[in-house]
Amino acid sequence: MTAAPSDDAAILEFDDVRLSFAGVKAIDGVSFHVGARELFAIIGPNGAGKTSIFNVLSGVYRPRRGRVRFDGRDLIGMRPHRIAALGLARTFQNIELFANLTVLDNLMLGRHTHIRYGALSAFAWLGRARNAELAHRAVVEDIVDFLELEQWREHPVRLLPYGIQKRVELGRALAADPKLLLLDEPVAGMNLEETEDMARFILDIRDELDLPMIMVEHDMGIVMDLADRIMAMDFGRAIATGAPAEVQNHPDVIRAYLGEEEAAS
Amino acid sequence: MTVARPRPRQLAGRPELYTSYAQHLRLLNTTPKRRAVLALAVVAFALPFVYDDQTLRLLTLGFAAAIGAIGLNIVTGYAGQVTLGHAFFLAIGAYTAAALSGDPDGRTIGFGVSNVAVWLLAAGLVAAFFGVLVAPLATRLRGLYLAIVTLGLVFLGEHVFKEWEELTGGPGVGREGPVPVLFGNQLNAPGDMFTGEQKLYLLTLVLLVVFAVLARNLARSKVGRAFAAIRDRDVAASVIGVSLTHYKVLAFAASSFYAGCAGAMLYTITGFIEPGSFNLLLSVQYIAMVLIGGVGTVSGSIMGAMFITLLPRVTRELPGFAPFVSSDASAPLNVFQIETVLYGLLIIGFLLFEPRGLYGVWIRLRNYWKSWPFSY
Ligand SMILES: Nc1ncnc2c1ncn2[C@@H]1O[C@H](COP(=O)(O)OP(=O)(O)OP(=O)(O)O)[C@@H](O)[C@H]1O
Ligand SMILES: [Mg+2]
Repeated sequence: MTAAPSDDAAILEFDDVRLSFAGVKAIDGVSFHVGARELFAIIGPNGAGKTSIFNVLSGVYRPRRGRVRFDGRDLIGMRPHRIAALGLARTFQNIELFANLTVLDNLMLGRHTHIRYGALSAFAWLGRARNAELAHRAVVEDIVDFLELEQWREHPVRLLPYGIQKRVELGRALAADPKLLLLDEPVAGMNLEETEDMARFILDIRDELDLPMIMVEHDMGIVMDLADRIMAMDFGRAIATGAPAEVQNHPDVIRAYLGEEEAAS
Repeated sequence: MTVARPRPRQLAGRPELYTSYAQHLRLLNTTPKRRAVLALAVVAFALPFVYDDQTLRLLTLGFAAAIGAIGLNIVTGYAGQVTLGHAFFLAIGAYTAAALSGDPDGRTIGFGVSNVAVWLLAAGLVAAFFGVLVAPLATRLRGLYLAIVTLGLVFLGEHVFKEWEELTGGPGVGREGPVPVLFGNQLNAPGDMFTGEQKLYLLTLVLLVVFAVLARNLARSKVGRAFAAIRDRDVAASVIGVSLTHYKVLAFAASSFYAGCAGAMLYTITGFIEPGSFNLLLSVQYIAMVLIGGVGTVSGSIMGAMFITLLPRVTRELPGFAPFVSSDASAPLNVFQIETVLYGLLIIGFLLFEPRGLYGVWIRLRNYWKSWPFSY
């Protein structure tokens, strides 16, 4: 395994992971690593296994074999909420917000693992719980400012436009102060303006927060612009990993995408 | 991190513009809300000096039921775990309190600990303990399956209560309800200043206020948010760090604690526990309180409980107005049938037309008056 350019220790090592569903090999022996300050992109046609990798990382799926090390800990077999507490946050391909709650409550839920008081303090709402709520609310308000969500703060998220919901979901993940951020198709279904906004936020996150990220995305423009390295997948396998220009021109990658277009036409 | 905490002030003429987080997070965060609750409190505490004992008894039963309804709303309304087992937890509370406070030389088990504070806490804790035992079911089953399995709990309880005659007195016989003594004062018997009904009314009202405030606190805390997250999307909840097991156990524990205390109070007021009363119908009545009152609201739980408790009082007046309705349970058209049908119709009606329940009706009325004639 070669080290990522200019990066020291890897925050994530994904090693020979295999996952299948009733005969479908969703992930078929994939290995990669993500550097401590890297924006790593995963591309590939529909059904290639990209989202499955995220689900393995966040503990939703348990792979048949392989090893996943995140920040020095083995993730496989760990429950999702434990993994979240270690500092892994994500967004979902199909928005998974808490639809009836307001933007603020969704973001506060993003901070859940940092808010430390017990059920008895919650009942009493004296000092401890109240102070914690106020302090974390201040952090959440910073995220509201950062993502320009001021006007939507008190709205239930189900009433918000799609592009804004995507942004709230990004905010919920950021609220966790993660050590690694996973973005599953952050600009899918967005119009040009919304896409540009989102790309700007992702750049800002990288520059201001210095946060390593894995981004799954079909929009090649965004991927080429933002990613440090790219892994291309097809049928559960990694077919090329490397710098954007290399991967884009890799013959197997071109074949995978052309094959998909031929199949579609 | 420093959080500025100025004394919150409202801007004149803009009653809903909050000027600090602290104010936003407060329970009664606007002046109109504070005034309304104050007025309601004054009325509630004045009623025992206006109404006759029989009416007071009914209202007191409503308050106790409201504590139970808030409990059901915690697990079902806030945390989204539909349970039909509420009657079981009411029973646990009622029998714990009755056994603790009962006469040691009586026909049924009794330990003579008649201090309300002691047996009420015990009723809550024992019920909560059973809630914790049952909660793991909720981590394996969802929705309707959970409802069916918790229904099994009610059948199991009914059977045990019928058989265990030392505790319950057996079917058709029953036992005395809990004996309430507070500061040496027997609360269910007339005293120098107050009647038993007045004393129990005031005690239950105070308890309801305390339980309601505690539940509101829980709802606006991280726990309440975690409940809502589990209810709306459990996979996403766990991925952002909410432990499903932990919070489901917590929801059942809190809910059963409320049910236990409610059960203890209810049968203190009636003075008698019949083991057959903890059946499916009782659970359904509590579901009706939550649905009719308002899912996921504390004030709705109270409205629903008062409504369901006072409903029979209204229907029993029916034979006076409509002679073809009989008050005899064996007659072809009687008030009991009408009551049952009415529950059903009300539940369906609210689900179809106002899913937010009475709480929603209240919000609509409030908004109507707020914008009348056009204050904006
Ligand atoms: N829960 C599941 N049950 C059964 N099969 C699944 C499940 N999740 C994923 N798969 C299968 O695994 C394969 C990879 O799916 P995955 O969602 O990871 O693809 P993807 O690369 O994210 O695709 P897309 O670009 O469409 O989002 C697909 O064949 C899919 O049908
Ligand atoms: Mg996908």
